[in-house]
Amino acid sequence: MTGPGEKKTVDRRELLAGGVRAVCGAGFFALGLGMLGRQAETRAAQSLRPPGALAEADFLAACSRCGLCVRDCPWDTLRLAGIGDGAALGTPFFDARAVPCEMCQDIPCVVACPTGALDHRLTDIKQAKMGVAVLVGQETCLNFLGLRCDVCYRVCPLIDEAITLERSHNERTGKHARFIPTVHSDKCTGCGKCEKACVLEEAAIKVLPAELALGRLGGHYRLGWEEKRKHGESLLKDIIDLPDRGYGDGTATPYGGAERGANGAFKEFKP
Amino acid sequence: MRAAGWKWLIARRLSQALFVALFLAGPLAGLWVVEGTLASSLTLGVLPLTDPLILLQSLLARHWPEATALLGAAIVVAGYLLVGGRAYCSWVCPLNPVTDAAHWLRVKLGLREGVTISPRLRLWVLAGALAASALFGTLAWELVNPVTITHRALVFGGGVMWLVAVGVFVFDLAIARRGWCGHLCPVGAAYGLIGKGSLLRVSAVRREACDDCMDCYAVCPEPRVLTPALRGKAKGFGPVILSGDCTNCGRCIDVCPQDVFGFASRFDKREQTIGPQQGEYVP
Ligand code: SF4
Ligand code: SF4
Ligand code: SF4
Ligand code: SF4
Ligand code: SF4
Repeated sequence: MTGPGEKKTVDRRELLAGGVRAVCGAGFFALGLGMLGRQAETRAAQSLRPPGALAEADFLAACSRCGLCVRDCPWDTLRLAGIGDGAALGTPFFDARAVPCEMCQDIPCVVACPTGALDHRLTDIKQAKMGVAVLVGQETCLNFLGLRCDVCYRVCPLIDEAITLERSHNERTGKHARFIPTVHSDKCTGCGKCEKACVLEEAAIKVLPAELALGRLGGHYRLGWEEKRKHGESLLKDIIDLPDRGYGDGTATPYGGAERGANGAFKEFKP
Repeated sequence: MRAAGWKWLIARRLSQALFVALFLAGPLAGLWVVEGTLASSLTLGVLPLTDPLILLQSLLARHWPEATALLGAAIVVAGYLLVGGRAYCSWVCPLNPVTDAAHWLRVKLGLREGVTISPRLRLWVLAGALAASALFGTLAWELVNPVTITHRALVFGGGVMWLVAVGVFVFDLAIARRGWCGHLCPVGAAYGLIGKGSLLRVSAVRREACDDCMDCYAVCPEPRVLTPALRGKAKGFGPVILSGDCTNCGRCIDVCPQDVFGFASRFDKREQTIGPQQGEYVP
């Protein structure tokens, strides 16, 4: 026989067990979703975000996947990602080689975004950072081969700012110049017009997400010449100025004028 | 089932079709009445709407949205506080016709109940999804949400993503009766929470006339919600169905041969009592 008191204990225990089960279940479910979320953060290099997109992790916390940016893009640049599009399911992206961003002055995609996943503080499209163009195909780019293609340079909306042609010597012919398309990351918006226009079968110039395209100096690095310029003089006084290394008549050594003894070894080095 | 009415069922299907048409008129015919999807939309260029559950996930993921999304979600919550939280399920959601079809086929084929799932499970799914959004700083449920995936497939083209809707159909048909909408979907659960305070409700106004034919129990997607209102008079329950789980589909109103049910305000405690002769009522 179970008395009323006992019954209550059993009920409570069952309730507790049920509650624990539910909480654990919900916890595991949350963990699974979280792992899926982490997975979704990896974006394919050729899937670029619209102008003004927040940094990827923040973007995925903000974008409601509504598609309003897609609808308001007059060039049908943007698409919502399906399976295998290299961006989190339902989020807007574009593939520059397919349809690049035309850098609309009024940036309708950003204006349309209700959530701020596309940052409304972006009002000058030239400040957009969708990625950075990199001339990856240096063995195939026609200009690298010594021809004058220049197409990527010509189509750039920020011609002579984001991309310039830098002259260098053509070693192959010995007497011509090569005009090397050179991207300047501080100006390039990542619109992808160059990648779209590249005449090669596979574009030699490609827009990559900035973190893939750019290196970054260690935070503690100081460039001596920059520091010197800032302060108007060298920060270090009484620097030992070593003799310059140079090419000479054979007697010269890697230490410039340092003398060698009879055995060929350097004599004591006196600055 | 005896002489069944169809009024509300037809109205509901028309409403579902209307919402699909509104969202598709733009992409298919260039009539941009509504832009976007159920996640966030813009109607006639002025009315912004945002799904409150998506906004909540975003807030938990520590993103403070633009005013447009906040306003949009506030309008949606206000709207459903008026017409019933899960009116979203019955009248708007693109998955509802899918699960209703699965249920219809289930009845036609005479399939048995299937796996039993607690209807409270959806609240735990909701809790898990919100916890994941907070812990991992992402819109966690939107990674898998069949409702928004299906709606996006509808409006933007879906390809393989249609398989998600197929999956929900198969689940409801072969695995659990009213399995998805009645037990698992956290979107429905969230709208159900709004429904706990919503104005428009179904009321068993003429519950005294009920002759226990059970027709309403057979058609209701959430039959549990009927009992207190219909049979709880002795226990002091009013005639209004107050459970947020009721989807305001109105199917019970349609099928009841005794005209027991009708739409009413949640504050309307009135009842129509039956006169001395069975079936004849005195207002
Ligand atoms: S800036 Fe213009 S072209 Fe580029 S994505 Fe936005 S709307 Fe489309
Ligand atoms: S408009 Fe904003 S929220 Fe909507 S899909 Fe585009 S980026 Fe995402
Ligand atoms: S992506 Fe290419 S075209 Fe666009 S700004 Fe950069 S260099 Fe110019
Ligand atoms: S368009 Fe292509 S091939 Fe021509 S110069 Fe630019 S990168 Fe080279
Ligand atoms: S329960 Fe979920 S899937 Fe079912 S109708 Fe409601 S929102 Fe749609």
